[in-house]
Amino acid sequence: MTVHRPPPEQAHLRIGFIPLLDSAVLIVARECGFAEREGLSLDLVREISWANIRDRAIVGHLDAAHMLAGLPIASTLGIQHLRVPMVAPMALGIGGNAITVSTPLYEAMAAAGLRAAGGPHASGAALARVVRQWAAAGRPPPILAMVYPVSSHNYELRYWLAASGVDPDRDVQLVVIPPPLMVDALETGRIDGFCVGEPWNSLAESAGAGHVVATKAELWPLSPDKVLGMRTDWAERNPNTVAALVRALYAAAGWADDPANHEALAELLARPEHVDAPAACFRRALAGRFGTGPEGGTHTIADFIGFHRYAATFPWQCHALWLYAQMVRWGQIAHSAAAAALARATFRPDLYRAALAGGDAAIPLADSRIIGGTTEPMAVAATTGTLVLPPDRPFDGTVFDPDRLDAYLAALDAGALPA
Amino acid sequence: MSRDPEARLRVLVIDEEPIRASILEEGLLTGGDVVVTRISEMHDLLARVAAIDPQVILIALENPSRDTLEQLLQVSRDGTRPVCLFVDQTDGAQMQAAIDAGVSAYVVDGLKKERVRPIAEMAIHRFNAFARLRRELEDARSQLADRKVIERAKGLLMRSRRIDEEAAYRLLQRTAMKQNKRLAEIAQSLVTAAALLDETDP
Repeated sequence: MTVHRPPPEQAHLRIGFIPLLDSAVLIVARECGFAEREGLSLDLVREISWANIRDRAIVGHLDAAHMLAGLPIASTLGIQHLRVPMVAPMALGIGGNAITVSTPLYEAMAAAGLRAAGGPHASGAALARVVRQWAAAGRPPPILAMVYPVSSHNYELRYWLAASGVDPDRDVQLVVIPPPLMVDALETGRIDGFCVGEPWNSLAESAGAGHVVATKAELWPLSPDKVLGMRTDWAERNPNTVAALVRALYAAAGWADDPANHEALAELLARPEHVDAPAACFRRALAGRFGTGPEGGTHTIADFIGFHRYAATFPWQCHALWLYAQMVRWGQIAHSAAAAALARATFRPDLYRAALAGGDAAIPLADSRIIGGTTEPMAVAATTGTLVLPPDRPFDGTVFDPDRLDAYLAALDAGALPA
Repeated sequence: MSRDPEARLRVLVIDEEPIRASILEEGLLTGGDVVVTRISEMHDLLARVAAIDPQVILIALENPSRDTLEQLLQVSRDGTRPVCLFVDQTDGAQMQAAIDAGVSAYVVDGLKKERVRPIAEMAIHRFNAFARLRRELEDARSQLADRKVIERAKGLLMRSRRIDEEAAYRLLQRTAMKQNKRLAEIAQSLVTAAALLDETDP
């Protein structure tokens, strides 16, 4: 590398992760030498719950962590917990999770008109019919699990339910279960469905416990799920370390996104000290291959997960604001201009650009953009020419303009989303 | 002296580790006016928490059901938002202590901090005591294992080099010092090597 890089202030880092497909970038950075190349040694600490990631990051047991994109925002705003400012200098990918229902619930949905691989509109409509049938028959509502109150899974599941005419707080019961325990809860009938990251959907399918009825890539293409999160004070004390870590993870994301490396990546993730799940599940998830229902067919979801393509690691501030809008929508925080500004500033494209400056990465020039503004591929101005992103309109057709947040929230209050 | 049961603090201990849970319970009971309920089973948590109606919940930090519990507490109380004890804005140091000890606590109603603090301190103290106990037990176990392997290594040296016990021990000791390793490690490598070389015991 010809650019002079100042050495990291701290060479040895403790980084927390939850066993999931999208912890890949961190694992690859350590195992394939990308961290070492930036003068860093990574100690990856596996945690079972997001509360542990949050608490250990707050008290400094962890320098940085694989975090739900909403977690640093919630921590900065003090939602449901201590107010500790955090930043996300990069995202760790797009997509990567799905909604799975138990085989009995799937059968009820099929009886209510769901066909194989019907997509999120059809599955949402079928679920709405089942919910009404159960209510009419005096049955308790379906229990659906997600991984954490400020997870994109919670917001995605609620978005899908609400757009399908199901009230997430009244018509179903939402519970929290950590990702590694989801399949067991579904198999034992304690829940009727869940929204979780891979490989846990594929594992439920291969165990015959459930069927995928919607994926994140169909609900909202190019949407963020995990970020690299850290306390703001730590990031400010260690600017060179943050930059080196972003470069290492950016390079690791490029490696992980290359289909030529997917076989090796599946084996790496399968290891007991990493995610500890069958390599076959990772192979399927990396290819975006899911079952279409009990008949045993499969289909492929385009861009089910992306680590590097389409600026997947760029911390778009419009994504931070979309998540913030969902926090307001579901009553986790009262809206104010000050809170929205804090949420937006949690995602730090400036740190991302500073880290990668002088390299050959194509980095978007804008911090934010309109989500779902077009149904055609979008040209985004970047440091090296133009990036072309596929359309990213959410499945219900709602456009999110981060500069018109108040209009979006007002439309939610009125019970309709702006088209 | 009769006590008003209403004045007693209702504490729920959720722990899959039965010994630690009982150490914790004992400590809390000697600490004063407290009713302690222990559960280890996480199924149907909401109904059980509702039945017990605790004012404070103590749970192990590494318990995988902590996320579930937090969300249950958030949705089950109308209006009164639960406060996580160790995340009071002024209590960073106490939270550090709690995390170091491996304990997490949740206050589920508007309980006064002065009543909760001794409970929390007792929990941290007891979790630490349990960790120490377990460490001592592990140390004792590994010391016993060390002694056994050193005895076997000495026996091997005495037979193959025809030296007495003391000379065998000194030889092991010298080698360990030279290689900057523990005596037990040198003994273990000798025992492993001997097993590999012994044709009758592949």
